[in-house]
Amino acid sequence: MSGLPVIKSRKLEITYNIPISKTVRFWEGLKEGKILATRCRNCGKLHFPPAADCSQCYSSDMEWVELSGEGRLVTYTHVIVRPKSFQEEQPYTVGIAELKEGVKVLAWLTDVKRKDIKIGMELKMVPKQLPDGRIAYVFKPLTTRE
Amino acid sequence: MRRVAVIGVGHSRFGDRQDVNVKELAFESVKPALEDAGLTPKDIPYVTVGSIGVWYEEPLPAVAIAEYCGLTGAGLVRVEAACATGSAAVYSAYTAIASGAVDLALVVGVEKMREVDTSLAVELIGRAGSYLWEFEYFGMTFPSYYALYATAYMNRYGATEEDLALVAVKNHKYAALNPLAHLQKEISVEDVLSSYMISWPLKLYDCSPITDGSAALVLASEEKVRELRVDTPVWIAGVGYSSGSSTLSQRSDFLGLDAAVKASQMAYRIAGVRPDQIDSANVHDCFTIAELLAYEDLGFCRRGEGVKMIRDGETEIGGRIPVNVDGGLKAKGHPIGATGVSMIVEQTKQLREEVKPSARQAPMKNYIALTHNVGGTGHYCYVTVLKR
Repeated sequence: MSGLPVIKSRKLEITYNIPISKTVRFWEGLKEGKILATRCRNCGKLHFPPAADCSQCYSSDMEWVELSGEGRLVTYTHVIVRPKSFQEEQPYTVGIAELKEGVKVLAWLTDVKRKDIKIGMELKMVPKQLPDGRIAYVFKPLTTRE
Repeated sequence: MRRVAVIGVGHSRFGDRQDVNVKELAFESVKPALEDAGLTPKDIPYVTVGSIGVWYEEPLPAVAIAEYCGLTGAGLVRVEAACATGSAAVYSAYTAIASGAVDLALVVGVEKMREVDTSLAVELIGRAGSYLWEFEYFGMTFPSYYALYATAYMNRYGATEEDLALVAVKNHKYAALNPLAHLQKEISVEDVLSSYMISWPLKLYDCSPITDGSAALVLASEEKVRELRVDTPVWIAGVGYSSGSSTLSQRSDFLGLDAAVKASQMAYRIAGVRPDQIDSANVHDCFTIAELLAYEDLGFCRRGEGVKMIRDGETEIGGRIPVNVDGGLKAKGHPIGATGVSMIVEQTKQLREEVKPSARQAPMKNYIALTHNVGGTGHYCYVTVLKR
């Protein structure tokens, strides 16, 4: 900041309580080791991120389906300069993969050296426990199964 | 729809502006815009304010700015379309006049981004996409979103980091001639390549800076242009718009922005112009890769040939279509809400042939100019065609 005169405002801390009631099955699925998506029973469209309502036909009649998690890397980046809430993380690699079922997903790409990353490489999307106890998902190279 | 013209332009100095608050910063462009149009605040019935906010203290910037600039009482709205906010604010004012609702409108684009620290600014912009699915667990940043496009583009077309650097070198060259630009200095390809990595393959000098700034326009109906005997009205000949998915993962590919293709085709159709008729353009170069994508999305060249355009100097003054000869977002700076308005200020001056120094004036053959303003990472897009 410059040395010019300023008044420091009151401090504000914001945390949002993001509702997930309608897609809670996805988060339960992660705990069971599964990657779930929703499929519209009316028009058949597969939704990832999972959605409670179909953007294509406006039906709300959805079913949960398990994805293979297997796919190919479409593009990626190494995030060096990180947001404020990610300052404690080491630089991370983010990729977008297209899964066999046809949906694309964005997630961290782990367990691979930077020089070994190639567009088109085969990946597996797997649930991942975070240090704070929450659960998310990452991509790993398909060959390094757990 | 009635014809609408730009009859007044104003532009603040862009940069680290901790010498002013958001209202004082807006005043720096509102005053010259009204003076340029020969009007006073009392003449203005409708005001649109483009600003994202959150990085400065005022949650209702439109009312705060209106009071400070003596515009209280006018119809007032604040507009948001991410980094295309400025163009969306222009479009909102344009439609108010074109529909016959009002004869005059003022557009103010303003952003005050440097009242928070850099890592918080990076966080707030990174959240702008699909928060839960692409930020909460994965910490995407604005450079990271465009880096996904850069990686795919380089892999597909064989573009190199040196090619991307050429965009930065060109835009810095013109910013060095623009006294209102944030980064008024020339840089070399080597400077870009040796600058620190932000989100591979994008480095510091591939990125637009975090900037404070404002820009303003006065728009008028054709009747009002005649009544005021405006010397050189610049007509809004066509505005095209479209949008893209909030999740980046749902994009069909990472080689271009569908929203920009659709918006430009719509703008060309309404204005009745072809890309090869454009004398001067401002495109949304928030990152160097974005300028190359823009050349292709706008039809200035075919897919994969954006690299050739920058290598051959086709978008410099003297080239086929001069692009971002005010420094662009890359070096003039990118105060988000102000950017789209700033682009139209620049192209209005280009069409009036009053750019100073003249080394920055694009030669006019057809007196047609274009602005391409992308919000987020192809989340929104507005393309505006201007004619003198």
